[in-house]
Amino acid sequence: MSNQAQTEVIKEPSMIMQKELIASNYDALTSSGETGKKVVSTFVPGNLNELIRCFDLVNNLPEINAINNGMRKKSGGMIMDAEKSGHSEDVCTYVKSDIGMMSQGNIAPNGKPMPRPDVLLLSYTGCYTFMKWFELLRHEYHCPTLMLQVPYQGDGKITRNMVEYVVKQLKEVVIPGLEEVSGVKFDIDRLREMMKRSAQAEDDLVWVLESAKHKPSPIDAYFGAVYYMGPIFTAFRGTQQAVDYYKVLRKEIQARIDKGQGPITPEGEQTDQRYRLVVEGPPNWTSFREFWKLFYDEGAVVVASTYSKVGGLYDQGFRHSPDNPLESLAEYCLGCYTNNNMPQRVDLIEQYMNEYEADGFLTNSIKSCNSFAAGELLMMREIEKRTGKPGAFIETDLVDPRYFSHANVKNRLESYFQMIEQRRGGSKPIAA
Amino acid sequence: MSTADIIKRCEALYEDLHFSASREWKAADPGRKVIGYMPVYVPVELIHAAGMLPLGIMGGGDQMEVIHGDAYYQSYICRIPRSTIELGIAKRLDFVDGMLFPSICDVIRNLSGMWKLMFPDTYVRYIDVPQNYKDDIGGLFYQQEMRELLEGLEELSGRKVSDDDLRNSIKVYNENRALIREIYKQRSAEPWKIPTAELYLLARAGMVLPVEEHSDMLREYLEAVAIEDKPKRDNCRVIINGSFCEQPPLNLIKSIEMSGCYIVDDDYIQVNRWLKEDVPTDINPFQALASAFLHHSADTAAKYAETEEDVGKQLLESIRENRAEGVIFAAPSFCDPALLWRPMLADKISEHNVPYISFKYAENSGQMAPIREQAGTFADSIKLWS
Repeated sequence: MSNQAQTEVIKEPSMIMQKELIASNYDALTSSGETGKKVVSTFVPGNLNELIRCFDLVNNLPEINAINNGMRKKSGGMIMDAEKSGHSEDVCTYVKSDIGMMSQGNIAPNGKPMPRPDVLLLSYTGCYTFMKWFELLRHEYHCPTLMLQVPYQGDGKITRNMVEYVVKQLKEVVIPGLEEVSGVKFDIDRLREMMKRSAQAEDDLVWVLESAKHKPSPIDAYFGAVYYMGPIFTAFRGTQQAVDYYKVLRKEIQARIDKGQGPITPEGEQTDQRYRLVVEGPPNWTSFREFWKLFYDEGAVVVASTYSKVGGLYDQGFRHSPDNPLESLAEYCLGCYTNNNMPQRVDLIEQYMNEYEADGFLTNSIKSCNSFAAGELLMMREIEKRTGKPGAFIETDLVDPRYFSHANVKNRLESYFQMIEQRRGGSKPIAA
Repeated sequence: MSTADIIKRCEALYEDLHFSASREWKAADPGRKVIGYMPVYVPVELIHAAGMLPLGIMGGGDQMEVIHGDAYYQSYICRIPRSTIELGIAKRLDFVDGMLFPSICDVIRNLSGMWKLMFPDTYVRYIDVPQNYKDDIGGLFYQQEMRELLEGLEELSGRKVSDDDLRNSIKVYNENRALIREIYKQRSAEPWKIPTAELYLLARAGMVLPVEEHSDMLREYLEAVAIEDKPKRDNCRVIINGSFCEQPPLNLIKSIEMSGCYIVDDDYIQVNRWLKEDVPTDINPFQALASAFLHHSADTAAKYAETEEDVGKQLLESIRENRAEGVIFAAPSFCDPALLWRPMLADKISEHNVPYISFKYAENSGQMAPIREQAGTFADSIKLWS
């Protein structure tokens, strides 16, 4: 970490570009009343952005709204509003943040009211809660809902039956439903063009994520990667804007590699990289910067993460293919990280530990995300057993600030870094 | 045999977490295999047709101390996976040859993979069920999933299963489900004669006994109940909703009844009532089972409600058919499906002026006084003001 005191958040050109892209989607959403564009709400993992764009629909992602509200410290009040209206304190805080956002006027980050969705595209991939979440939204909006069930890889493989099932739903449920809502006829060539661009962007994203194999790592593959994921996991996969963004990002990171630089944190370049970590689980959003600071202040850099694969395991070879577009979309949905079974997840993390030469494995277990969290303690044991590297476990939440305890997380991380030092046979320098 | 004698046996089976009855069944023939399954539903007919014993694993209840299982889960995850892991680690399931994990929620889904990692010698399969209810889409997918399951079972048993084997098993389970439906019907008609604690134990017995033996037991119970009389109380009639996966302790059911409520419908032990009508035996058996699932199966939070009108439809029908005066939403703590669904169901029944209360439990909940107070107050309010 640079010793120079920083008061302003340091932003790279790609971060500004990313922010502008996300903001432009919110502008498209909130101006849909004037532009006459129809709005579809859908989820991040296994989303069908290329298909959605074939129908000129604007893509609203409630998870991204919840993250935005979390980072802007608004989600806490929204969650409490939802709980006051009868939602259990035990359930997913993305859902409650979304419900609470509606009750507070459904205001987008640009300060304008969000439109009512014209259709809910329930891409049911890797998370049970999605199903009930959109039933709750349908209960509120009374709008058409298109369900795309994506079978779970229970046996750790994608079967022919699974692909055929998803393709059949695309052909007979999703595409006709989107045609009806949008009034736009489906054009498979348009889809192919977008999928070509998806693959280009995916190539560059993989290059970016794999740059963390360098020492020092030029990126933080968890805290930094959530920005890198933004365009491709949300409303821009398949667009030229996404292709351009990942080219700029790649150049930026190549320059860092050339100069032997580390990641750019909100406080500047991270120069101290004593601990290379692999991280499992989503980050906490309500205290995102404080959370990240706990890592870079201690010289910890994340070299690979599973959360950055929640919208596609591109680094394992998947690319959207224009040759068989619907089959390719099906395989994309089926292959997302949380749709993989536990042995697959453990194998992937083990691979990361080895390929990225990590010193340790950390789980940020999320209180309200069972899809990730159930089984993470066993995963940690398995990784420790297979790699001999120490694991650590911290607990926070996605967007409920009540479940982020700064002192507890700090204590655990500090103890963990000491443990890594001890395993190395050395002792950790005592902070001045 | 009196109802008391039958229930005494059921209680012994319920309390036996070494599953002696199932172990004895297996030990009677060296070629026999046992397939465990978790709530809410698996096509048990396939297991039966393969000559195996389906064994319903409903967690560890309130009689088993969970020592190892807690080390596998964070505090905010429900109890049933912990106690199920405890059963596995404590070798109480060491006679089980396969485990099936149905599509109920992310916790049970992930448990299927955990089981693969922890018990690599056991046959493990995640049972994905269709959330698309069209015969030529979700139906075909589900038929193929069942075929793949059957292939796995055949490999395990070393026995090829014919369509006629499947039809015979469907017939056997049709009989069992019809008997269960009959007891539910009689309980609703005269709830003082069939206390829910008894009905529950009868249903639980079906989780560990061969289905033929269980059906005999149900017949005996129906015969016994017809000639016995029990005093009728001035209780109100309620429906329990939300208890489809992790089961409440028996004392919780008794507490609700003791507090002035007759339970006239519930969603406990769904597997033996999941298919609400007889499954046809004169067509392709996979098609028959798939069609029954798509069009005649029970409604729980684990299923997608295709339209807004479908949300709570079965609950409202049950309220009407069973002349229920209120609903008790009793869900396990941290149960995403039940707790996410509850606000929608509550809205639906409120539109029909049906009163309700809500509480959470765990399978090992011990303090029943708050439940009795809440249910008692609910019963009083229905009697006084409804």
